[in-house]
Amino acid sequence: MSDIDMTTSSQGPGRPALLAEFWRHFSENRGAVLGLAVFLFIILLAVFADVVAPHAPHEQYRDSFLTPPVWQEGGDWRFILGTDPVGRDVLSRLIYGSRYSLFIGVIVVTISLLLGVTLGLLTGFLRGAFDNAVMRVMDVLMSFPSLLLALVLVAMLGPSLTNAMIAIALIQQPHYVRLTRAAVMSEMSKDYVTAARVSGVGRLRMMFRTILPNCMAPLIVQAALSFSSAILDAAALGFLGMGAQPPTPEWGTMLADSREYVTRAWWVVTMPGLAILITVLAINLMGDGLRDALDPRLRRS
Amino acid sequence: MLRFLLWRALLLVPTLIGITLVSFGFIRLLPGDPVVLMAGERSLTPERHAELLKQFGFDRPVWEQYMHYVWDLLHGDLGVSLKTKMPVLQEFLTLFPATVELSLAAMLFAVVLGIPAGVIAAVRRGSLYDQTVMGAALVGYSMPIFWWGLLLIILFSVTLQWTPVSGRIGLVYFFQPVTGFMLIDSLISGQKGAFTSAVRHLILPTVVLGTIPLAVIARQTRSAMLEVLGEDYVRTARAKGLSPFRVVGLHALRNAMIPVITTIGLQVGVLLAGAILTETIFSWPGIGKWMIDSIARRDYPVVQGGLLLIAAVVMLVNLIVDLLYGLTDPRIRHRR
Repeated sequence: MSDIDMTTSSQGPGRPALLAEFWRHFSENRGAVLGLAVFLFIILLAVFADVVAPHAPHEQYRDSFLTPPVWQEGGDWRFILGTDPVGRDVLSRLIYGSRYSLFIGVIVVTISLLLGVTLGLLTGFLRGAFDNAVMRVMDVLMSFPSLLLALVLVAMLGPSLTNAMIAIALIQQPHYVRLTRAAVMSEMSKDYVTAARVSGVGRLRMMFRTILPNCMAPLIVQAALSFSSAILDAAALGFLGMGAQPPTPEWGTMLADSREYVTRAWWVVTMPGLAILITVLAINLMGDGLRDALDPRLRRS
Repeated sequence: MLRFLLWRALLLVPTLIGITLVSFGFIRLLPGDPVVLMAGERSLTPERHAELLKQFGFDRPVWEQYMHYVWDLLHGDLGVSLKTKMPVLQEFLTLFPATVELSLAAMLFAVVLGIPAGVIAAVRRGSLYDQTVMGAALVGYSMPIFWWGLLLIILFSVTLQWTPVSGRIGLVYFFQPVTGFMLIDSLISGQKGAFTSAVRHLILPTVVLGTIPLAVIARQTRSAMLEVLGEDYVRTARAKGLSPFRVVGLHALRNAMIPVITTIGLQVGVLLAGAILTETIFSWPGIGKWMIDSIARRDYPVVQGGLLLIAAVVMLVNLIVDLLYGLTDPRIRHRR
């Protein structure tokens, strides 16, 4: 029993040492640390947007439509990254936009993680007909190109940010189901699970306290990856007019809004995309570092 | 081999049924009256409504409707577009070659650049080259491709004026499509400059659509090569005194290719999803743009049919990849 408690209880004596070891491996990867730093910076920007942003995201300056960034001729120090076609400050909108992207990532990952892990635990644990049925449904979901399925779901539910997030969460959860199921099945045959079963541990406790904590590593890595792809997909939906609706300062929607100015005002198109790229890149760098630090099999390669 | 083939095909049946259920359910789960949605007519008289209800079969039990739907599918009837009044299947077949041409070009671009880049990165592990290539691959992997397309348009089409902004070929050229592949048709037509025009139109969309597969293939090739290079048989080959080129190219690469082929197969879904964005940006007349336009104008029979056909294509390609896999690796063929 004491063995089981070591791995399941959150106050086990091994916890700080484990964290320290994790950090040692994680910090070996310079890219991952850089990604983490950028990600923390973006979180700070999102939290303190009201303080940091020089202007309100919807405020229109009617004397300055399409002002170029400061370093270009005709730039204005009031608008460091220039203004958009209706005179709103691009930098401020980008800063407020970070709130949407992080929010999208958190919500999508939470929904798909909860749904996917629960289904994965149940299928891996119960097997049989239930497992078969659920996995066939997942096969069907995964045979559609993800963005297409998201688009069709949004077309059904109506275009909005909320519906875009629901759609993206739905198309992402099969990955969690498969990962959790595979991890559960490989854990089930191990001695500590048999020991727990022999000592009379109930089903629910077995699933969530005994087995789940030992399946966490691949799930954490997947969560990081799907955080970034959620941001990308939501931006793509926004760009296609099926996500957040104007005048929301969501980055993909901002891009769609300014597309027709692509030949006249490069900054209104370039800046939102750059914001998406930097955020997604930072998260993916972190994800790579997490994978290397959490998965001992991949660590040496 | 035949048993393996049949078994793989049989495994697809439940998924195929699932896909038809999704596309069948799509119209019925939409908010609003399915008759109005399918007819696309705003003000229906009650008589006309009743007539259409009967015509579409919405008055029958759901299971009967589904059987009817599948029966029609098996006869190649996927409904009629509300906008063009053309059969959905016919529209799909007209536009599909454009998407295939673009996707093949993008895949070729990704494979031709990605595999050598990954192999060299693995061989020179830790070098500046390795770090640069892997850094670039991560950027490519994180790229919002709709933005990437716009950037390339700003640079190459607007500023440098090297490539056209949209479409498949210059408007001055006109000929009947024979194969549907612009590169081939423009050659057959024999018109001066037509082929060059088609190539110039293809370049930017290819780069945009191929970026993510390129990044994924380069990363996957590198890690597969690293794994293989550590194997005993590679050491044996080196010890026998084979040239490094033979060791890497013949012994290691062939075995490293197995996971890479899987990755390439998995990119087909990615390509079709990317085609939606790429075709929208470049006004490329393929099925991606067709789907987006149909969703935007609520042409639901097209959305329903397109959804089914695209999923079927992805499934078919995955089957082919599985079979290729069986061909390259006898261990898989004989397991089942």
